[in-house]
Amino acid sequence: MENCKPRMANRETLLEAVELRKSYHRGGGAFAQTGDKFTAVDGVSFQVAAGETFAVVGESGCGKTTLARMLLRLIAPDSGTIKFAGRDVTAMSSAELRAERRHMQMVFQDPYASLNPRMRIGEIISEPLAIHGPQLSRGERGERCAAMLRRVGLPEESARRYPHEFSGGQRQRIGIARALILRPKLVVADEPVSALDVSVGAQMLLLLQDLQQEFSLTYLLISHSLPVVAQVATRIAVMRAGKFVELGEAEQVLRHPQHPYTQELLAAVPELPALQSPS
Amino acid sequence: MKGLLEVDRLTVELPTSRGWVRPVNDVSIGIAAGETLGLVGESGSGKTMLSLALMGLLPAGARVSGETRLAARGETISSAAAPASSSVHAPVIAGNNILQMRESEWRTVRGAEIAMIFQEPMTSLNPVMTVGAQVSEAIRAHTSNLAEREVRQRTIEALGRASVPEPETRAQQFPHQLSGGLRQRVMIAMALAAGPRLLIADEPTTALDVTVQKQVLALLDRLRREMQLGMLFITHDLGVVAQVADRVAVMYAGRIVEQGPVNEVLTQPLHPYTKGLLAASPTLERGKLAPIPGTVPQLTELPPGCAFEPRCAWRREDCLTGVPSLRRIAQQNPNGVPSASGGATEHAARCVLVADEGPSAKESSR
Repeated sequence: MENCKPRMANRETLLEAVELRKSYHRGGGAFAQTGDKFTAVDGVSFQVAAGETFAVVGESGCGKTTLARMLLRLIAPDSGTIKFAGRDVTAMSSAELRAERRHMQMVFQDPYASLNPRMRIGEIISEPLAIHGPQLSRGERGERCAAMLRRVGLPEESARRYPHEFSGGQRQRIGIARALILRPKLVVADEPVSALDVSVGAQMLLLLQDLQQEFSLTYLLISHSLPVVAQVATRIAVMRAGKFVELGEAEQVLRHPQHPYTQELLAAVPELPALQSPS
Repeated sequence: MKGLLEVDRLTVELPTSRGWVRPVNDVSIGIAAGETLGLVGESGSGKTMLSLALMGLLPAGARVSGETRLAARGETISSAAAPASSSVHAPVIAGNNILQMRESEWRTVRGAEIAMIFQEPMTSLNPVMTVGAQVSEAIRAHTSNLAEREVRQRTIEALGRASVPEPETRAQQFPHQLSGGLRQRVMIAMALAAGPRLLIADEPTTALDVTVQKQVLALLDRLRREMQLGMLFITHDLGVVAQVADRVAVMYAGRIVEQGPVNEVLTQPLHPYTKGLLAASPTLERGKLAPIPGTVPQLTELPPGCAFEPRCAWRREDCLTGVPSLRRIAQQNPNGVPSASGGATEHAARCVLVADEGPSAKESSR
């Protein structure tokens, strides 16, 4: 693996993955043990420091989404370990995981599919509170929800409405509000802007950066887009066929890519000519 | 310059519960054979509705006005006064307004003259037919009296021309057995099978990986040159438009707000929306991202004057009084004479801030 940085000694390691592996069996159905073996994640190791934005970049089928799901323990790895804030979560039971989950949340790619269409926005955003903090009164939950809506730039009265009444960008904000209401430490953002228009996506990236400062968040960003990643990443891992082929500081990976695949990806990004007139 | 397609003041109206809206509003564009016009816009800009109008695929209930002319094969459209509107029953030859054609006439045009490829090849391809069968179907639809052997040969040729490797083998496969990039090539093969002269590509690479996108764009470029295709390339990605287009038109709330040679529009944008889009487009350089405040307006709630005014950093009072016309910057040919064709190289923007050099050539009939 090229351009690999050792553990970042001066910051607390929030997330650590060691030799994660996950395979699927094709052709035999969802739970099959027979059929062609397809390795989605093939021995991935890395650490994420508190407060950073760690980006995993790769094309379709590289395994980045499977990796993200494993880190959040939505699926179980075949082998390897995951440590969150020093605690080994790889083999935790559902009950133990439930306690950990409030610290790690996810923002999904598709703002149209990730919100329950039959729930009001207020319920969607405060649902995590109900699950993880049942000691709060209904009024308190409502207040936190309203505060979160304001923070993501939506009017408070949105709480009474349903997802279909909102645009893609607004729904993505709702997804972010839901992810942050528990004040997690880690947010996994899986293609947070790829389904959005350019100007809406730019608003979203800036919102995510502001929120990162305000709530001291650590981001794991999954994306196929190097330009998006270039805007926000502290470190970048380039993933291909289940492995990291390059990992390093964002500037290094973008400006001095070592691995041919990284170079190929960068060369394929269509370039905008530089502006001439002052705008 | 060989004029292939000329669109003149095309407007599409759709009925809604709150009255008629205009997803396409007074759009005039032109494309020459072998030229690519990029059409850029975000959701709700009208770019897809425009492409549907050009294919006669508007939803039921839509009203369309304006004119669209396609040059006859081997001829061009003169930019002088168009011939008087002739009988709508005549098949499409030089000069007729294709927007008023009947469905039976559209069927002779779609595929044979104007073809379209879409963003999601998986939903455009029939999942239960082999890709070869689908390309063959496209060939048979537009040619008659072809022996099966000939159809088969043309199918393989079409797939090969679209850079599908091992076309004989691939022809036997189903869409789900192909990668996204290959499916898109199959769609390109189908679209070009009957030798159309104009290709409308609606976000053809948006769903593809960036390395595959590069290959597909290169393929489209080669085919454009080999077949002297005119291409209308619709995208939201300014980087892609910089790669593929000769000229670009930017749409906002149904209107064209800027148009001109692609390099000029992208490096010296005139319209505040274009400037905003450029500033909001992420590049490999960090730290320069600036969003456009606000959101795209609903077509039922357009402001009285310029549709972009509420979000514009340069707005002034006269922005509210009416929709500005497309104002061009004077273009000089190298020998100092203003461009006689009046349209092809001008850079124009629909903004009161653009010093008015006189009405845009396409608007001179107003």
